[in-house]
Amino acid sequence: MQDTTKYVAADYKSDQPVRWCPGCGDHAILNSLHKTMAALGVAPHKTAVISGIGCSSRLPYYMNSYGFHTIHGRAAAVATGFKLANPEMTVWQISGDGDGLAIGGNHFIHAVRRNIDINILLFNNKIYGLTKGQYSPTSARGFVSKSSPYGTTEDPFIPAELVFGARGNFFARSIDVELQITQEVLLAAGRHRGTSVCEILQNCVIYNNGIHSPITDREYRADRTIHLVHGEKMLFGKDKRRGLVRDGFLLKAVDLDKDPYTIDDVLVHDAHTPSNFLHQQLAMMDGTELPLAVGIIRDVESPVYNEAVEQQVREVKAAHGFDSLRSMILAGDTWEVK
Amino acid sequence: MLADTSVKTLDKVVIRFSGDSGDGMQLVGNIFTNVSAGLGNEVSTFPDYPAEIRAPQGSLGGVSGFQVSVGTGVHTPGDKCDVLVAMNPAALKQNVRHLAHGGIIIVDIDSFKQSDLDKAKFTTDNPFRELNLNEDQVLMVPVTSMTKAALADSGLDNKSITKCRNFFALGLVCWLFDRPLDSVLHFIKKKFGRKPAILEANSKVFRAGYDYGANSHASVSTYRIETKEARPGIYTDINGNTATAWGLIMASEKSGRPLFLGSYPITPATDILHELAKRKDLGVKAVQMEDEIAGVCSAIGASFAGNLGVTSTSGPGLALKSEGIGLAVMAELPLVVIDVQRGGPSTGLPTKTEQTDLMQALYGRNGESPVAVVAPVSPTDCFTMAFEAARIAMEHMTPVILLTDAFIGNGSSAWRIPDADEYPAIKPPFLPAERLLDGTWQPYERRDDNKVRYWAIPGTEGAMHRLGGLEKDYFTGAISNDPVNHERMINVRREKVARIASDIPELEVIGPDDADVLLMGWGGTYGHLRTAANELNCQGLKVAFAQLRYINPLPANTGEVLSRYGKVIVAELNTGMLADYLQAKFPKTDISRINKIQGQPFLVEEVVEAVKNIIQK
Repeated sequence: MQDTTKYVAADYKSDQPVRWCPGCGDHAILNSLHKTMAALGVAPHKTAVISGIGCSSRLPYYMNSYGFHTIHGRAAAVATGFKLANPEMTVWQISGDGDGLAIGGNHFIHAVRRNIDINILLFNNKIYGLTKGQYSPTSARGFVSKSSPYGTTEDPFIPAELVFGARGNFFARSIDVELQITQEVLLAAGRHRGTSVCEILQNCVIYNNGIHSPITDREYRADRTIHLVHGEKMLFGKDKRRGLVRDGFLLKAVDLDKDPYTIDDVLVHDAHTPSNFLHQQLAMMDGTELPLAVGIIRDVESPVYNEAVEQQVREVKAAHGFDSLRSMILAGDTWEVK
Repeated sequence: MLADTSVKTLDKVVIRFSGDSGDGMQLVGNIFTNVSAGLGNEVSTFPDYPAEIRAPQGSLGGVSGFQVSVGTGVHTPGDKCDVLVAMNPAALKQNVRHLAHGGIIIVDIDSFKQSDLDKAKFTTDNPFRELNLNEDQVLMVPVTSMTKAALADSGLDNKSITKCRNFFALGLVCWLFDRPLDSVLHFIKKKFGRKPAILEANSKVFRAGYDYGANSHASVSTYRIETKEARPGIYTDINGNTATAWGLIMASEKSGRPLFLGSYPITPATDILHELAKRKDLGVKAVQMEDEIAGVCSAIGASFAGNLGVTSTSGPGLALKSEGIGLAVMAELPLVVIDVQRGGPSTGLPTKTEQTDLMQALYGRNGESPVAVVAPVSPTDCFTMAFEAARIAMEHMTPVILLTDAFIGNGSSAWRIPDADEYPAIKPPFLPAERLLDGTWQPYERRDDNKVRYWAIPGTEGAMHRLGGLEKDYFTGAISNDPVNHERMINVRREKVARIASDIPELEVIGPDDADVLLMGWGGTYGHLRTAANELNCQGLKVAFAQLRYINPLPANTGEVLSRYGKVIVAELNTGMLADYLQAKFPKTDISRINKIQGQPFLVEEVVEAVKNIIQK
């Protein structure tokens, strides 16, 4: 039966005091999530929030839903079992860059590959906060931290690239301070059937304050980010006079007022096209030569793992027609002793 | 033995089929077992196969064996075999030590050429003499050439023809032990029904082997194996891993909770995953996850969601699952963890049996994290104890580790299919609706009697709650760092598991009432130890016997049982883990130990000797 109850953000808030540091980007994401859930309209008792370990993974305690704060890195595996066992539930999985991409990297890529219907929120602050300041798998080469006092000597993951490598069908990105865009991507993730990954660039005010500032600060944000919207021209800049155009196999950012391009040359975003070729290029833009993309970059329908499991169970059950363990055993090789 | 001409009657007989791992010895061994079980014989099997998929052909490392005991009073696959089938010199060399005094050997003499002898590292040209065998014991049968002759007109290529020779050997053995042709042909048809050419070839070769025995060895006695009056009912042949899978399904039916398995392939436990993957026809969801950790974590997620969550593995996988099991301890969710034990440590002996994971099961987690531990005693008991593990997990909201082993997991015996009402209804502590309505329910409130919290199934309106691995407040279940609360929670989790003791059967003792010696074991060594205890009593030594199936908590009467005996002898396939555990709990008990850690089950004979040595010391 369709649930026609109207929910408000407060319906999804628990009575627990929120214990993140003042100024932490997580507060804004939590508020966006509460609002998104109300907009999505799935009842709190039909919602489960499952997390691993880390600052962001405290989030389930602040939700008035079913919640499970599991162990480090394993949220995707717990969420997979949960969703398969109780497919009526809407499942949100909360992970940070350390939890989801380091210790939990294996579960992350396999959840995406299977395309199980869960919504993965990846809070990316490029640092380990809860353990007080070590570099993470998304920290840039050379990043100085307590565990890399002379700078790291390794390259980071780009989460989108992992998602595409695992053949993901939904990838979106936002920034903690962009409340509207965060709600927009979370809502689309909630509506997407299959695994959705939302990377949210989040600021750790204590251990990595300002890590995203070169892109997200108000004075640069318009020029260094682009908000992609399905069906709309890929335009950015204060007056939307800059755009993305094809340049051979690559993308190029052009200024419509200075460069020899017109609005007709600017690409139109198609988040639903099955090919991920352009989606990958868009997701890999990093805010230097090309603007960092936020919004829904890829949103493609594909067979959903838990639905396929349910369907196979129905088909096999119908084909064999056993009503109990005993009837199944009796259909095999048996003999009677009288 | 070969000189007699009559039909001899035997209580039981042990046959060992051996050959290259590609020779199909497991298959013909299984068919022989099924046919014998169908005749009403008790059966017990022991597949003994190498870890390598295909070692070099004819090499000593590639020998695969299948031992089966059939008859009456069969509790084990037998210490030694009465008949050894050896398809090549390597199989002969590897298995001759398993031959009973006066036993018969059947060899494929066609595969005893010089090159075959070299591969098996024989140094003379007479392998039989080199192994100190009396050639009268050896039936030298040209299996390969007879197989080729039988299939000369089949149109099959040479390689396919050679692959059928295991059925010639089966035919010969079936003739020797008077197995009905039709019954064997039925099993061959079942196995190869979809490949008509192979079906016909194997059937033909099987008959050729049978006829060869009847025609060429008319002077050899054949055997009639005794059949015991079995309990009436419908029977099937079952191995321990299948029984484990089916016991879980029974628990799912009896609790109304859907069964979810999260697993990852690992020898020798993978057959549980295979079986439950097939049982989508009964609504089971069995998922091959990306690793062992994901296996246990998906099962925990399924349990939180309201299913019977199960994960299956062997020792190394149990190590990987430790942290996950700890989470289920903290979250107080039902979880069944199956460990089909194999030789360790590390990768160890993947295909061999051992009981060396007992301490890991009891204590192998961080923090104070008690779980229930149970251990079936035979392939068919895997059904009952898997059911019990699931019952305890759900009714007591706790992880339960089921310790089987490679020996009973792969071994099989005849099993009477139980009626549905032979197993009790399982009643998980679902959150009662009235507790929801009055608005005072807390996720960690406990029932007084057994200290179990309620299971509130996600999707239920008004029962939203959060679980997690952080310490909980005793009343509300909210995160708590309070020192006194932590100790209280440690104690209540321990008490919850301890109180399972009032919900399990007492320890049974078999044997003379006036015995002063108790032979004791746990889990899969039951058949050997029970047979050894019988043997000791037949020899005039008064020895009582008990086998533990519930290890944590122990049956409530365990201390009282132990106190009745001046000497307790604990026999196990490790260096003394159960003995240490019992000694710590019951310090006044005089415990002696019999230990073996060779990747092989006990031999009855060696247990008998060891008990005698201890008693006579």
